[in-house]
Amino acid sequence: MFLKENILLAIDGLRSNKMRSFLTMLGIIIGIGAVIAIVSIGDALTASLNSTLSRLGTSNIYVYVSARDSDSSFGPSGKMDDADLISEEQIQTFAAKYAGEIGAVSYSETGENGKAQDGHRSANITVEGTNAGYGPVNNVKLTRGRFLNDRDVRDSRRVAVVSDRLVSNLFRAGEDPVGREIDVDTDSGAESYTVVGVYKYDPISVQGMEADKGKDTRTSLYVPVGLVKATAENQNYMQFVLSTKGVQDTQAFTDKVQRYFERLYAANGTYTCKTQSMESAITEWNQQLSVVSTAIAAIAAIALLVGGIGVMNIMLVSVTERTREIGTRKALGARSGYIRTQFIVEAVIICMIGGVLGVVLGLLLAWGGVSLMERQMPVPVPLVVSAPVILGSVGFSMLIGVFFGYYPARKASRLNPIDALRYE
Amino acid sequence: MGGEIIRMTGIVKNYFIGTPNELHILKGINLTVREGEFLSIVGASGSGKSTLMNMIGVLDRPTSGTYVLDGVPVSDMSDNAMSDVRNRKIGFVFQTFNLIPRSNALKNVELPMLYAGVDSRTRTRRAAELLEMVGMGDRMRHRPNELSGGQKQRVAIARALANDPPILLADEPTGALDSATGRMVMDLFHRVHRKDGKTVVLITHNPALAAETDRIVTLRDGEIVADVPGPGKAAV
Repeated sequence: MFLKENILLAIDGLRSNKMRSFLTMLGIIIGIGAVIAIVSIGDALTASLNSTLSRLGTSNIYVYVSARDSDSSFGPSGKMDDADLISEEQIQTFAAKYAGEIGAVSYSETGENGKAQDGHRSANITVEGTNAGYGPVNNVKLTRGRFLNDRDVRDSRRVAVVSDRLVSNLFRAGEDPVGREIDVDTDSGAESYTVVGVYKYDPISVQGMEADKGKDTRTSLYVPVGLVKATAENQNYMQFVLSTKGVQDTQAFTDKVQRYFERLYAANGTYTCKTQSMESAITEWNQQLSVVSTAIAAIAAIALLVGGIGVMNIMLVSVTERTREIGTRKALGARSGYIRTQFIVEAVIICMIGGVLGVVLGLLLAWGGVSLMERQMPVPVPLVVSAPVILGSVGFSMLIGVFFGYYPARKASRLNPIDALRYE
Repeated sequence: MGGEIIRMTGIVKNYFIGTPNELHILKGINLTVREGEFLSIVGASGSGKSTLMNMIGVLDRPTSGTYVLDGVPVSDMSDNAMSDVRNRKIGFVFQTFNLIPRSNALKNVELPMLYAGVDSRTRTRRAAELLEMVGMGDRMRHRPNELSGGQKQRVAIARALANDPPILLADEPTGALDSATGRMVMDLFHRVHRKDGKTVVLITHNPALAAETDRIVTLRDGEIVADVPGPGKAAV
């Protein structure tokens, strides 16, 4: 009813009192801005996390020793000895039994930190003892040479796979490091290894979670696991990873693996084996992330509610201020419905403009937040601008206008024209 | 002079009905106005003339009695029906002008036509004509706060005429104006009365203004105590 006139009237009114209009909108702007920022950042994080996790191999299954009474999916607490851990032999027997489903198994032992030296040049390293399956299972990308093979591991040969970072620190450009010897100094002494391969340093993969520290980044030096186990406390393993091949139902296979190891641990009263597939880990992460962002969005929605109440408050003030105007309009023949529409349209316009400004603010905040996170995180965080969220927000803010504008509008429409005309 | 435009029979208006403070504002008003009359209603404050104006203007319902306006009984209408009657039949002119502050002169004059559902182009054309007629053609885009009192009242008169209502109802229209502009506004009423044949009902406490009209109805304590032709008429 007279929609166009009412819209023009409302815009006229807002323009004649810009400061108040802006303050009225502020609650809506902040509310919508917060919702948009949180949803956008949440989407960006989810997208980033998914792409990161899938690079680690979605077909992988983790097998780890865990206390029977522990709910945690992270390592067990308390002292464990080799009897509680998984032996290399157990892993190999298991791998042989499921040779059709398993691509490779990976187990490793982290050694000491140290420096690879070459006279006056050096590079920070962590010695990582691995088996031959470690490379393929963890997606280690080789740029030269090869990864450790079964013979290297079986014979514990003094060979190493080094990172391209180490190569650029230790060797001159154009030099081929494969076949060269490097000296590695750790607290327990100096060792020398023959380089058999170079891998591309990937800051997101498990071997390099330590923050990127520029040129002198500490990278893993992969050596046959036996070399590290020689000085390790335990000879067996707390966990290993397997990659599957041609498995349709990862969850079913994961359960099968779990049952296999549970049988091995049947006699152990304290510890057992648990499994987790990468697939279910990703799902779990996404669920947790969406719970968190829903919770924060709910808090932001409270800001929106407060904003709506602010709009209602100002509309009530506006009705009081314009009592004479309302009386005049009624005297001139405005029906109640017209007066009601006029005030509802005004509230909706305030909220709609507030909503649009809020979307702009929210996207700016999201863009700022994402840029900040990108600087902290080793992976790109893509800002996702979701059209349904934006349209939904503006639509929702208009609904707020209808909801919180209705009561003041009804109040205005019910004014008695005589009292309204007499109002000073 | 035409037929009856206003017929009020036994109009009673009480306030605080049923309480010890019950007020009897109008005590059985019988008033008939013929089409084309220029009538003034005078009385001291508290005499009930504002309440009577609200009755004539269909802003209020009587406690009892009947009111037939232009052949239509309006005393028992719904609020919305009353709005429609005011819109078509009555042109209000107030002492304090009551222009919409944020709308310019043109928009103010368009307002009754907007409520009558007149299309935008016709509205603007007719509003411009009316403003020309009251001598405000060069200030159509001015807002009320950019106009003097006399100019505001001329815009208000143009607005009152927008839907070509048969009755112009003016409540102390010169009360807030100096005598020169008041004179100009009164001349405008005379012109509208003579030229367009409108029925004009002027509510005033000023005997000099009342003396200019065809008929003077005097109200005291909610009753009509005198209903005489104006001095001009009496002389004829």
